[in-house]
Formats: sequence, C-alpha cells, structure tokens
Amino acid sequence: MSILEIKDLYVSYGAIRALHGISFHVEEGEIVTLIGANGAGKSTTLRTISGLLRPDRGEILYDGEEITRLGGDAIVRRRLIQVPEGRRIFAPLTVLENLEMGAFTRDDKREVQASMEWVFELFPRLKERLEQAGGTLSGGEQQMLAVARALMAKPRVLLMDEPSMGLAPILVEEIFEVIEEINEQGVTILLVEQNAQMALSVAHRGYVLETGSIQLEGLSAELARNPQVREAYLGGG
Amino acid sequence: MLKRLKNPTGYFILGGLAIFLVVQILLSAGILNNFWRGIIFWGAAITMVTLGLNLIFGFNGQFSLGQYGFYAIGAYGAADVTYRWVHEDPSGVVVVFFGLWLSLLLYALVSVLLRRFYGITVMTKFTAYLLATILAFWVAVKVLLPVLGPVTMTLLGALPEAVSQQIVFFIALLGGAGLAGIVSFIFGIPVLELGSDYFGIATLSFTIIIKVLLDNTDTLLPFPEMKGARGMIGIPQWTTWPWVFGTFMLVVVVMRNLLHSSSGRTILAVREDERAAELVGIDVNWAKILPFVMGSIFAGLAGGIRAHDMAFLHPQSFNFIQSFNPLIIVVFGGLGSMTGTILTGFIWIFLLEGLLRLYLPSGFETWRFVVYPLILLLMMLLRSEGLFGEYELPFLRRSALPLRRKVASEESEEVA
Repeated sequence: MSILEIKDLYVSYGAIRALHGISFHVEEGEIVTLIGANGAGKSTTLRTISGLLRPDRGEILYDGEEITRLGGDAIVRRRLIQVPEGRRIFAPLTVLENLEMGAFTRDDKREVQASMEWVFELFPRLKERLEQAGGTLSGGEQQMLAVARALMAKPRVLLMDEPSMGLAPILVEEIFEVIEEINEQGVTILLVEQNAQMALSVAHRGYVLETGSIQLEGLSAELARNPQVREAYLGGG
Repeated sequence: MLKRLKNPTGYFILGGLAIFLVVQILLSAGILNNFWRGIIFWGAAITMVTLGLNLIFGFNGQFSLGQYGFYAIGAYGAADVTYRWVHEDPSGVVVVFFGLWLSLLLYALVSVLLRRFYGITVMTKFTAYLLATILAFWVAVKVLLPVLGPVTMTLLGALPEAVSQQIVFFIALLGGAGLAGIVSFIFGIPVLELGSDYFGIATLSFTIIIKVLLDNTDTLLPFPEMKGARGMIGIPQWTTWPWVFGTFMLVVVVMRNLLHSSSGRTILAVREDERAAELVGIDVNWAKILPFVMGSIFAGLAGGIRAHDMAFLHPQSFNFIQSFNPLIIVVFGGLGSMTGTILTGFIWIFLLEGLLRLYLPSGFETWRFVVYPLILLLMMLLRSEGLFGEYELPFLRRSALPLRRKVASEESEEVA
C-alpha cells in the first residue's frame, strides 16, 4: 500500500480550475518529485494534501486513511508535514522558538529534544544562530530553518514546496544533499520543484505536471533522458 | 541580578496590595471625592476593555471595532439582572446564571458531536451553536425559571441583605461577561473566517447593530426596563473599590497566564503568519476564537462594573465612535504590550475625563475628534511601537523558554 495516494483530484480557485483530475502515488521511503512550469498546479497539489485547500472532487489517502476533508492541524498530527513555499518562518521568533513551534503537536519532551539534536546535526549553522530572530537570517538559512522546523514535527512524509527557490546554486546543492540525507533516515519525501535537473537527480521517481494534469511519469533517470522533458525543463538538448 | 528578578510574582502581588490599600484608604478618608472615585473606576473599566482589544488585535492580529458592542452587552446584561433583583424579580439572576451553564454544557455536547464529522462547513457549525444557545436560554426561561425563581428568592432572601446583594452582583457581573462571551463566540465562528480587514468591518457593523438594538430595547426587544433611547435608570450603585480591583486583577492575571501558556503561543503564531501556524499543526480557528471570546468577556466584565458605578446607561455611550477609544489607547500603549495598555488606559481617562474636564473650557469636547486623530498620526510617525514600546512589567513578561534558560545558566556558570 502506498503511503500517499492521490486519486483523481480536482481543485479550483473560485471559477478557475487549477487541477484537472490528477492521480499519483508515493511509496514509503521514496523521494518523488512533481516538476512543471509556473502555474502547472504543483503548489496547489501540495496545499490540497496539507488541508489548506479543499478539493472539488477526488480522494487523498494517507497510509490507507482518507484525509481529504481533514483540517490542516489534524493532518500535521498524522505527521504529514509541509515545508511551505517561500519559507514562511516566524520572523520575530528566534531560531529556537521557531523550532519549538515546529514541535507544537508533540508532547514527548525527550523525543523533541532528540529531534532538536538531529536537526542540529543536519544544519549545524542553525545551532550557532539559536537566539537570533528568524527574520534576520539569510535566505539560505531561512530555508534551512523552514526544513528544520518541519523536521521537528517528526514527519513520516515531508512535502517540500520549491526548496531551491531564490537560493544561490551552492546553497541549492547543500539543501538537496540534506534532502537526500533526510530520506536515507527513513522520511518519505514529495518534492515540488521548478529546478527539474536538481529534483530529478535526487528523486527516485517523478511526475511531470502541465496545466493541471499529469503529462508524464516514470523513474527519474528515464524522465531525465526523455526528449520532451529535456526540451521543456532541462534547457534543451 | 537573577536573584532580584527571581520572583516577579511576589513583587506583583505586593505592588497590587499596596495600590489597593492606598486607594482604599484615600477613599475611606474622603481625600478622593466621588468625582475622582468615578475616574478611577472608569479608568479600570476602560483598561479592561482595552486589554481585551489588545488580546484580539495586538496579540492575535485581528483588527476589531466590536469591543464597545461587547462592553454594552456586559453593561446592560449585568444591569438588568440587578435592576430586576432590586425590584423583587429573580428572573434575571436565574435565567442568566443557568442559561450560561446550560449553554456551556450544550456547547460541549455540540463540539463532541461535530467532531465526528469531517468537513463541517462554517455555517453548519454556526447554526449548531446558535441553536444550542437558543435551546439553553429557552430551557432557562420556560422550564427553570418557574421552578427555581421562587426557590432563589427564598434562599437569597434568607441571607442578610448585604450578603445576598454581593451574591447577586457577582452573578450579574458573571452574567454580563458570560453573555458577551457567548455572543462573541457565536458571532466569531463565521466572522473570524474572514480576513482581518473584513473582520474589522464586520465587528464595526456589530457595534452599530448593538447600539440600534439598545435604542429599541423597549419596542423591538422585550426589555421595557431598559427604556430604549431614553436610557436605563435605577441601576443599583453597587460597584465598590474591592470589586473594581478584584475584577481588574482577574483580567490582568487571566490574560497574562493565557499568553504565557501554549495557547498563548498559538495566538501569537497566528498573528505572525496564519499559513505557517496551520502548517505546524495549530488549529487556527480555535487560536482566533479563543482570544476573541476572552477579549469580549473582559469587555463584558468591564461593562458590568461601569454600569453599577454610573447607575445609568445610555445607548449613546456605546456608539461606534466610542469604540475607537480602546483602539486609540491600544495603539498608544503599544500593540502587544500589556503594561502599555494598562498605563495608557488609566492615563487616558485621568487626563481626558479628569484633569482636562476640570480645567479646560467646556467646549473642548467638540475638538476631541480633531485632536485624537492628529495625536494618533504623530504617534504612528514618531513612535509606532507605542509609548512604552517593548517594556513589560517583570510579572507580565513572557518567561524564558526552558531550553533558553538552560543556555543562560550554562553561561552564568562559566562566569561564576
């Protein structure tokens, strides 16, 4: 059984339909990427899974349970966690407080402490900045904080929305290394990216989303070789 | 340094007691006359209203103009209970007291019931709670009142008058505050779903609706004793300094504890970024309803206190222009600063209703709404963080977080 299964999902913003019946699945332990251009519906998909948007039609199954109509907080409690687009950290709170907010739904203090140490191993730079307000961090550090905050919720599945957005190439590589490492430690990842090359290099499988429907799917390596994908997303060929 | 700050609670209690005693002595000795007594009580009432607004707007980020509506509900609600009581009618006491508890009971049932279904729409939720409230008060009026009315009358009548009076006053204050809380809860369910700006407009209309209803209490509503636009007279003047001090301290302590709790965290997180708050697993609806209801309860409580000091209520004192007063005070004192609100609230009433009224020629009131906005504008330009900025009394300051304290103590050990 897939850990996350999306069946025939339709989502609209008012009169404008953003998703035209997409279906895909994510298996436990995988990194799956959704790639596509601006407006293809990638972020819409993630937001709908997280319970921030309500679909018109379709089903979202998480670990066999239907979560389509659950509220955002109930979904977080099931350890299906989103790293939002544009980071959205709590700017006036310190790094430490941001991390503590990430563990908001957990009450096992010792395990939260363990997560905190795990996060510091992944992002040693955050440990140096514990007392600094989140808003004063650099863009890359903020992205790390956003990922770290999501990890504090002890995710089973991590939904990542454009983690590379607005970052320098060297930082993008750093973030992707961390994504691989998180995955190796047992977290399933659904990654939404415009940077198709990077995304396909870390993902096991991928789906190509175009104007609200899935055009192509396959193993990352196959997709990276596909002439259509190369032309549209990997800069020709 | 640490030792000196070790027990801010102790200092807070001592300071509070000192203020209580000093004012009590000054009042008993007659050094503060009725005018200044009224000013102090008024200041306390306005400050409670404003603390409520600061919770809603300053700490939770929901721009509200409805505070005076809830203040009015509390004032008229509490006044009606005591008015009826002094006219040998226990209906106010019984209906308000039991109606409140019944509503809370039914709310608990409704929320358990609603939790069984996924994807409940806001309007369904609103209707369910509204029906629960109507049912609770219907039962209180039709079923409980005929039975418990005479019983209450005999029970309370058996007590010495001074005691029964205090009990009735307590129930009246509780009732006023509770009614404000219930109305804000029902109103808040659909309205808090709107964004902050729309919420502001909705709360403004709420204040206007309340004012219109109060103008017509004797014609549209079945409360002839409130006398509509002529103003309600004959409210017993039961507010004393211990009551003012007690309710004020209650509001301060409850608000402080709420903000320091984990619910307080959620309230602040929603202000900073609603989307992010939802993504870390905060129930955003609840994190907005809770401060809104608490803030309205504070306003309702202040209304009861104020009504029983003035002994006269007029709908005109609750019109929407007035509801800008707490807003101005909050901005002056600093959004999200309890200390600032408390100090500014008292200074506001002391200066504008006290000193200036005594020493300025009588026409100055007309100029108020020219002067206030100008001061507000200057304030925004020169000191947008409020008069007192980030400063909080040690007792009200957010306590250090556990892990941070650990870091701090490690450092101090190194120093030692």
